[in-house]
Amino acid sequence: MSPAEIREEIIDILGDIAPDENLDELVDDVSFREQLELDSMDFLDIVMELRKRHRVQIPEEDYGNLASMLTTVTYLEPKMRDIVKA
Amino acid sequence: MIAPSRIESLPDTQRIVITGIGLTAPNGNDWQSYRQALLENRSGVREYEVRYFGATLAGVCDYDSLRYQTKKDLRRGTRAGSIGIYAANEAIRHSGLEWDNVERSRVGIYIGVTEHGNVETENEIFQIKGFDYDTSVWSHHHNPRTVANNPAGEIALNLGVTGPHYTIGAACAAGNAGIIQGAQMLRLDECDVALAGGTSESIHTFGIFASFNSQNALARHSDPTQASRPFDRDRNGIVVAEGSCIYVLERLSDARKRGAEIYGELAGYAINTDATDFVLPNPERQAQCVRLALNRAGLEPEDIDIVSTHATGTSSGDSQECVALRSVFGECKSVRINNTKSFIGHAMGAAGALELAGNLPAFRDGVVHPTINVDNLDPQCHLPGLVTGQAEQAAGVDYILNNSFGMLGINSVVIIRRV
Repeated sequence: MSPAEIREEIIDILGDIAPDENLDELVDDVSFREQLELDSMDFLDIVMELRKRHRVQIPEEDYGNLASMLTTVTYLEPKMRDIVKA
Repeated sequence: MIAPSRIESLPDTQRIVITGIGLTAPNGNDWQSYRQALLENRSGVREYEVRYFGATLAGVCDYDSLRYQTKKDLRRGTRAGSIGIYAANEAIRHSGLEWDNVERSRVGIYIGVTEHGNVETENEIFQIKGFDYDTSVWSHHHNPRTVANNPAGEIALNLGVTGPHYTIGAACAAGNAGIIQGAQMLRLDECDVALAGGTSESIHTFGIFASFNSQNALARHSDPTQASRPFDRDRNGIVVAEGSCIYVLERLSDARKRGAEIYGELAGYAINTDATDFVLPNPERQAQCVRLALNRAGLEPEDIDIVSTHATGTSSGDSQECVALRSVFGECKSVRINNTKSFIGHAMGAAGALELAGNLPAFRDGVVHPTINVDNLDPQCHLPGLVTGQAEQAAGVDYILNNSFGMLGINSVVIIRRV
């Protein structure tokens, strides 16, 4: 997956986790928490969905990389570059 | 003139009244429309499909789940929580309480449940099945969804209630048990407002259908609306239903102080146990439970105007309850007896609370809703004053006695008095 495709995938996951939010105006370099009502259980949902959908494992010490869209895509890019988008 | 009961000798701080009713049932999403359906013989049973088990029948609610919750709330929580949240909010709205000014630490939430957690556990097992039972994809939401206090806890979160909240696990006697618990906590001054009743999400677990089916106790009929037929010769089992009914209960002193409209007063109650079988009822104990409630209320069987039966449509359960009722009410000339499950199926933990709610309007209009689908009365289910087919106008209704019984031999009876 390209960084753009990874971003698209994260948006899709956020759409499930935060169905009341408008994700069209999400700013990539601002933290998710500043823009969306997300708590720790929601971040665990992001981790879980990546595990379910793509078998991507994110160790707990790396959770901080999921702060914003920019840091998330940067962190996931080496883990997901060989995954072919379905 | 209402027959005097023992509660009138109690101080107003010990007298418990109903000041709000919120509900969703398979045939109505508010008290008024539900009552109307019961008077118009409108069933809420329909064709239904559940995972693994396949096509069956059920009582399904179609309330507006987004009226009091966001989509995210619904995703995170449980169906039992959602149904309960709807009923609790409706009850508060109906009560006329100025909710913004209510001290939330003095509100208690007491919700009867038959079971909880089966739906959520089945969902997770279904999910991990797609991953060859890899438990690393088992949801972190599973525990908060399945803890036994979940439905009450979700209501507390939704309403910002900081007083006590918990569920009362009492099989299918739970709706009455929730009401009784709420009343007891008000009398103990543990709270000033009790949100009390029952809730059920049971139609979303295949296990409950499969288990009743294996027990030869799941109803079948070519016409879904005729499947739930307590007391009828051709009854063949239970129609499982979902629903919730939650009451606002207050002490009479508080209700009067705020000028609240009062829909009935708790005159008596009882809970006892058969201690004889896992599933088979014991009519002797059921009759003892009814008599205990009457004694506590200081009433005689002749004082009761409506008996709302528990009968679920099973062969032995219905006839056994009738044995119990004949032993108590056999000589009563004016009592009328009905059954709400014939309309909505068996709403499990919500059943007792919902069935009472459907009868409460009779205090005002004197109309006793019927038992439907009794085309050929089973001679073993003969009862004095059994209302079938069409609603009946009574001369007046002062006392309603509500039966609710459950597996493992738990019996509950609530008696409500006109105010």
